[in-house]
Amino acid sequence: MVAVLILGSLLAVALRAEVGRGLGPSDWAAVRFTLWQAVLSAVFSVGLAVPLARALARRRFAGRRLLIALLGAPFILPVIVAVLGLLDVFGRSGWISIALGWFGLEPLQIYGLHGVVLAHVFFNLPLATRLILQGWQEIPAEQFRLAAHLGATSADMWRLLERPMLERIVPGVLAVVFAICLTSFAVALTLGGGPGATTIELAIYQAFRFDFDLERAALLSCVQIFLTGAAALIALRTARGDEFGAGLDRVVQRWDARAGLARTVDVGVIALAALFLVLPLSAIVLAGLPGLALLPASVFAAAANSVLVASVSTVVLVLLAVPMALAVATGWSRSVELAGLLGLAVSPLVIGTGLFVAVHAVADPFALALPVTALVNAVMSLPFALRILVPRARQVVDRHGPLALSLDMAGAPFLRLVVLPRMRAQIGFAAGLAAALSMGDLGVIALFADPERATLPLQVYRLMGAYQMQAAAGAALLLLVLSVAAFWLLDRGGRWHAEA
Amino acid sequence: MLKLEAVVIDNGGFDLKADFDVPTGAKVAVIGPSGAGKSTLIGGIAGFLPVRAGRIVWHGQDIGHADPGKRPVAMLFQDGNLFPHLTVAQNVGLGLHPDLRLNQAERDRVASAIARVGLAGMETRKPAALSGGQQSRAALARVLVQGRPLLLLDEPFAALGPALKVEMLGLVEDLVRETGATLLMVSHDPGDARRIADQVVLVTEGVACPPRDTAALLDDPPPALRDYLG
Repeated sequence: MVAVLILGSLLAVALRAEVGRGLGPSDWAAVRFTLWQAVLSAVFSVGLAVPLARALARRRFAGRRLLIALLGAPFILPVIVAVLGLLDVFGRSGWISIALGWFGLEPLQIYGLHGVVLAHVFFNLPLATRLILQGWQEIPAEQFRLAAHLGATSADMWRLLERPMLERIVPGVLAVVFAICLTSFAVALTLGGGPGATTIELAIYQAFRFDFDLERAALLSCVQIFLTGAAALIALRTARGDEFGAGLDRVVQRWDARAGLARTVDVGVIALAALFLVLPLSAIVLAGLPGLALLPASVFAAAANSVLVASVSTVVLVLLAVPMALAVATGWSRSVELAGLLGLAVSPLVIGTGLFVAVHAVADPFALALPVTALVNAVMSLPFALRILVPRARQVVDRHGPLALSLDMAGAPFLRLVVLPRMRAQIGFAAGLAAALSMGDLGVIALFADPERATLPLQVYRLMGAYQMQAAAGAALLLLVLSVAAFWLLDRGGRWHAEA
Repeated sequence: MLKLEAVVIDNGGFDLKADFDVPTGAKVAVIGPSGAGKSTLIGGIAGFLPVRAGRIVWHGQDIGHADPGKRPVAMLFQDGNLFPHLTVAQNVGLGLHPDLRLNQAERDRVASAIARVGLAGMETRKPAALSGGQQSRAALARVLVQGRPLLLLDEPFAALGPALKVEMLGLVEDLVRETGATLLMVSHDPGDARRIADQVVLVTEGVACPPRDTAALLDDPPPALRDYLG
């Protein structure tokens, strides 16, 4: 079914695309900008993540666990909320610009390429750090001990242990961040735009909303599919799974890093990174609190829509992901795993375009805005959900399969009595992620929505567009609270009274 | 009678051959060096490993290609005999209906089986709240309600201390006497064999030899067994 949805959308797109017309100059500019910003975002994210991961790997300090947990936060942080936070800090009238003004300096200019890259680094630096930190922690403590015993200095450690590890890990991390940034829509929508800073996703949206040029949108979608498909393939080849922070709280004893300089560098890196991550979040809270009182009724209607969309999307995701994970775990079908991964190769706007083209013929697409959003969100969460569920499903089937078989327990009773109880924590976690992603998603909804219908992220964007910044900040805070609450409720619910 | 007719059991590239009969109600120990194929033999009879050639016949019926749950077999594994998230009563109840929909009479049977193995009052506990010996008792209570005529043990008590193991084997002996079940148990301790088995199947180098009288075999071991016993 997932495959039908995705491939069907692709087919609709392909049929609609007018290959003969080719790409215009502005389309080529979009392709160039998309690639260039993704390269820059990947290089900066990973370049900064290496020293940060190294510092985290060898320092023990109060709040370390909290900081590492915070590195997981961007997963559930709605893009639009982060963008508002970044504007509060780095924007024209943001904190840094104000500070610069005291010294008579020009305020910062955040819109354009560097704004887009800044936001991408904000989102992907934590991800890159977690992936690289994982690599650091896979170096056995015994090797560091042996090296220290042999009198290795920090430089020797680097050459002996750390550089080989990074050479193995970093290409995959670069590829992952690059692939993620290729499909960036919400960031480009809010911080980019204009001829010089339009991504392909944004160009699809503009072709759609402003010109209603379905052929051009479909053609751009084909280009996007080609790029993301290639990038996803490379990323899958080179990258290894993020365990979402499992076991990242181990600190390896490092005798070589006790010297003053290494210490100062590490402390500085950690402090800067923490500031970079925490400041925009605190800015949201500070700016949002006064705005909460001024929220127009439309915000609450949008919030209700968002909660509804997120709920439906989560239910759909669970109904899709659990049977798929089991099918993969029992070796029943390999194509299922592929279908799940298809979600990585397409972007929401591409599926959205495809669905629009397909639905256009038979019904009013705008009336279906909310169901379509919920459905597409579920499909987008599917690859993440499968990454969480499949290992656990394998474990449950391996561990309890033989006993269940010998008791002649199969099908529904096995599912009800063994699989679901044993996988509850993982299902809760996956559902929490899906709910938060759906709650904060600003993608398909932007294509389909009419003025009467909006989800909360779209409403925040509209308020920004109308320069009602205070109301936007309040709504963003509300959105942040809803996303975190949805994640927390489901994740906790899954682990409630669950046995290890 | 359990007949293994020129059976070849395939354990992923390793073959085990067996060609012998086990009389109904016999208590048979399966011994031999590790890696020789003891668990392969048990796994093949229980249906977890494919039979590549020959037939496994129980009371005239070829069971060699039936699903594990459809065979007349109750089995205890080396570990993982209880679902950790279900209570003792639920774990035992699975032996009656794998979907746990039990009527009053069946619930009574579960309760009396639990009482029979000495766990009365612990019905609502989960395995983590039981000692190792109590977990074994709970698994045996399930074997009891399963009421299958063939009981296969793949060293389920290996992790218990010596005294506790003897106690469990005593309980197994009582249960098979009460139910008349045929017992095949893997063991690497000849003491276990002497204690409860009247016959021994020696497994060496991929062949399971026909059962022989326990005392006769252990008192006058053939060379392969002598090497193993040391």
